[in-house]
Amino acid sequence: MEVKINPELCQGHGRCYDLADRLFGADDEGYGQVLGDGTVPREEAQDANLAVLNCPEQAIELLGEE
Amino acid sequence: MAVDDRFPRVPVEAGEEAGTRNEIITGPVRDWATDFSHLEPEWSADPYPIQDDLRQRCPIAHTERFGGAWLPTRYDDVAAIAYDTDRFSSRAIIMSNFRPPRELAPIGGSPPISSDPPFHHDARKLLLGAFTKQNVARQEPATRAFCHSLIDSFSGRDVVDAAHDYAQHIPVRVIANMLGFPPEDGPQFREFVEDLLEGINLPPDERRERVSRLFDYLLAQVHAHIDEPRDDLTTYLINAELYGRKLDPDVVTGAMALLLIAGIDTSWSAIGASLWHLAKTPGDRERLVAEPALLATAMEEFLRAYAPVTMARLVKEDMHWHGVDMKADDWILLSFPAANRDPAQFDQAGEIVIDRAVNRHAAFGLGIHRCLGSHLARMELRIALEVWLERIPAFSLDDPGAVTWSAGQIRGPRALPIRID
Repeated sequence: MEVKINPELCQGHGRCYDLADRLFGADDEGYGQVLGDGTVPREEAQDANLAVLNCPEQAIELLGEE
Repeated sequence: MAVDDRFPRVPVEAGEEAGTRNEIITGPVRDWATDFSHLEPEWSADPYPIQDDLRQRCPIAHTERFGGAWLPTRYDDVAAIAYDTDRFSSRAIIMSNFRPPRELAPIGGSPPISSDPPFHHDARKLLLGAFTKQNVARQEPATRAFCHSLIDSFSGRDVVDAAHDYAQHIPVRVIANMLGFPPEDGPQFREFVEDLLEGINLPPDERRERVSRLFDYLLAQVHAHIDEPRDDLTTYLINAELYGRKLDPDVVTGAMALLLIAGIDTSWSAIGASLWHLAKTPGDRERLVAEPALLATAMEEFLRAYAPVTMARLVKEDMHWHGVDMKADDWILLSFPAANRDPAQFDQAGEIVIDRAVNRHAAFGLGIHRCLGSHLARMELRIALEVWLERIPAFSLDDPGAVTWSAGQIRGPRALPIRID
């Protein structure tokens, strides 16, 4: 599984790095950034999903399978 | 004395006022679908049944008040307007009986909240860095200590006003510190906030005079910071550059006004409404005391259900939009609180579910105007509730009938007598 942020949609609400701080961080202006290459370890799958479902701008995509 | 020609030290004669005024209409609402007013007492007391009713029977309500305005209550409509900066302008975001001239766009009176693209992006970029989660975290230790000191001051009292004696002081202290204003000026800030956000239906001269009191104060702060630069947002704005030159004076004071006004009433309301809910809902209060880790989730639910902030937009051109005929310069009252209670978007929309794990609410807006201070607001709300629950785990409403709510676009408790059990 892999996460991606669409920078066209992200407005820097920061829900992703609040809810899944091992997968997401913030840039200098507070916009969300995927940490590393975006691969989601199995134990982070639930947090990844929460970040996707709580993003007010629906800017996060979860791709692929386990 | 340092000199900066942008900010003259002698008063400048005010010019002819541009923009348009409409007749001020007040009094009881006849029908919320055709005559709504967010300034009438029923709305401030409890707007949710009104919004729920409108969402069912007339999802985009209208009023002739304020010179003509629309009120969408469905999440999808609110979101569509927030995203559509081509057809809806932010050049005024507090609905009143005065429309600033179109030439005020794209900057507006209090950039960047009042700005439209393309200026908006550049002005916002100047401020984003100061309000990241990481940067506002630097205010956290002082905020926590301040919350403790407020609760220390309750010593010996059985009843305290959680809105007046607690919630309001927290954002005032934090924003004064960030802007570098004297903390003892706090009471004045609350007057400015009231003047701007609640004095909507006052006679024009009085309203103008009240607004100029705020700008006189800000100009005095600018002068003090020019004479003695400091590491704060005021000095930052005075020195900031856009398009290769320093900011216009109106942009500097407009942005200062925004940071001061937008940062106070809003967080005060969110903290107060959360404490109000916990005071009247012992099950939720006991659960949060027992499970402090749930606060992060519960807080988002308080923000959804009691979203304090409603914004406004102005329609740019006549158009048929989602079934209604909008005219150029009609207001849109952009109710994020109504969007947040739309059953089409949220299960159990009208209920407070403190462990709601999926909560895509719009309390901080949607699109390019996402609240610049949202990370600051969340920090203040979290610390305020953490400290309160730690120090005062058992409390209840002393007199539910004595609770009062602010009028206007920012809604929260202004009197909140709480009994410490």
